[in-house]
Parts: sequence; structure tokens; C-alpha cells
Amino acid sequence: MPTDDELSVTFAALSDPTRRAILARLAQGEATVLELAEPFQLSLPAVSKHLKVLQRAGLISQGRRAQWRPCRLEPARLKDISDWVEDYRAIWEERFGRLDEYLRQLQQNEAQQES
Amino acid sequence: MTTLSTPTLTVTLPSDREVMLMREFDAPRDLVFEAFSKPEHIAHWWGQKGSTMPICESDFRPGGAWRFVEHAADGNDYGFHGEYREIVRPERIVWTFEYEGLPGHISLDSLVFDEIDQGQRRRTRITSTTVFDSIEDRDGMVQSGMAQGASESYERLAAYLQTLA
Repeated sequence: MPTDDELSVTFAALSDPTRRAILARLAQGEATVLELAEPFQLSLPAVSKHLKVLQRAGLISQGRRAQWRPCRLEPARLKDISDWVEDYRAIWEERFGRLDEYLRQLQQNEAQQES
Repeated sequence: MTTLSTPTLTVTLPSDREVMLMREFDAPRDLVFEAFSKPEHIAHWWGQKGSTMPICESDFRPGGAWRFVEHAADGNDYGFHGEYREIVRPERIVWTFEYEGLPGHISLDSLVFDEIDQGQRRRTRITSTTVFDSIEDRDGMVQSGMAQGASESYERLAAYLQTLA
């Protein structure tokens, strides 16, 4: 179970669209820093910065050899967040679903009373 | 922002301790607001199917206290309580929210009710923003085991990330 700090760092890491795009690419397989930088109009240092954030958040791991270091997605942390959001979403989806049904009933009753 | 949407409910994470939900209803705003403000209405939709609400109290004014206890089909009681901070009829409710299974972890919820018209039909969108006291609270909600979590396999996760990018 991740600590509060870890979750916080992970969420922060996920809050950037470029980093999410990087994760999406890595979900398809390992890639080097150069390969990851290719689709973006960003300098290598800029991409490396993003990778550092992702690595600190435990979302990716990097191999050792400079620009040829392969980066790999670490799914466990992402799964924790995904699970949490899913749980929260599920509770409220059900609750709002019941509210939805109840509101329909109320309006139906109102309509019936008026006729 | 990280977003996860289903056909009816949109979930976004605006920052590292906020969760935002958006949901639309086929009902006029006054009615939706009322459904949130009157205990006799709340009792009909707050709890899970098969549950009852032996306690459903709401002193609906700024500074007023509220408390809901859901008696679930499994025999357990789940209590929630808090205080209303701000009420602007029929647009906004701000309240504190505490789950009694995890005392001391309090979040601040804002519910905004927006009218959206679709021709003849009056509809309402609820935007709920929850700010957790600390990430510990979000973590706590997971630990409480209150929710049945759906686990995502690696492949589903990859597909999900593709939609965010």
C-alpha cells in the first residue's frame, strides 16, 4: 500500500499530458530517451526532466547507458492510482445512478398527480 | 488533468488532492437541489440497493450538521457526517465530509448545480469537487476496503493511457 507521499507524487506526475503520452508509449514496450523524445517538439533535456519526474514517482524505471537508456513502464504504482480512482468513481457512479432513478420517479409521481 | 470517463460520469483529477466528478440528470435544477438538501429525499438514493438509512439527519443551513447512517444488506452500518459550510440555493452546497469508519479524515466537498437546457427538457449538471485533507485521506479510503475495486490489467491500463495522451 503506497504512502500518502507516494500517491501525491504519482498524481502530480500524471497531471501532465506529455508525461501521460510518454507512459502510453512505454505501455507498448521499452523505449530509449531518444525514441521517446521523437514525437514531441521538445529538447532532450526537457524530455529527460519529464522522465525524472516519472521515475521519482515510481512509474518508470530507466536503464543505465546515457541517451540509450531504455525506459520501462512500472505498472504497479499506476495500478494503485487507477484502482483508487476506479473505486471512487464506482461508488459515486452507483450513487448518482440511484439519484437519477429517484429523480425520474419523483417527476413521474408529480406528473401523475397533475393529471 | 487525468480524466476517466464513463458514459454518464466524468472523473478528473485537477490536482494531487482533488477529485472532480460531473454528472448530468434529466431533472430541473430545483428538484435536484432539493434531492440533496432534504433528508426525506436523501434516504432514497444515498445508500446502496438493499440498504436502509436508519439515520438521515440534515440541518440544512451554513454551520448546520448532517449525518447519514446506512444500514447495508450485509448487516454493517456505514456512517457519514459533516457540516454545511456554504449553501447558495439552488446552485451550490459546500460541506465537510467524514466517513465514520475512518474518523479524523475530513474532506471538503463542493457541489455545483448547473442548469442545462436541451430544447424542451430541463436538465441539470452536478459538478462535485472533493478536496482531501491530505493524500493520506485518499489512501485511507482505499484502505478502508469500503469500495470494491476493479483491478486493471496491464493491457487495459495501456489502453486507458492511450485515451489520455
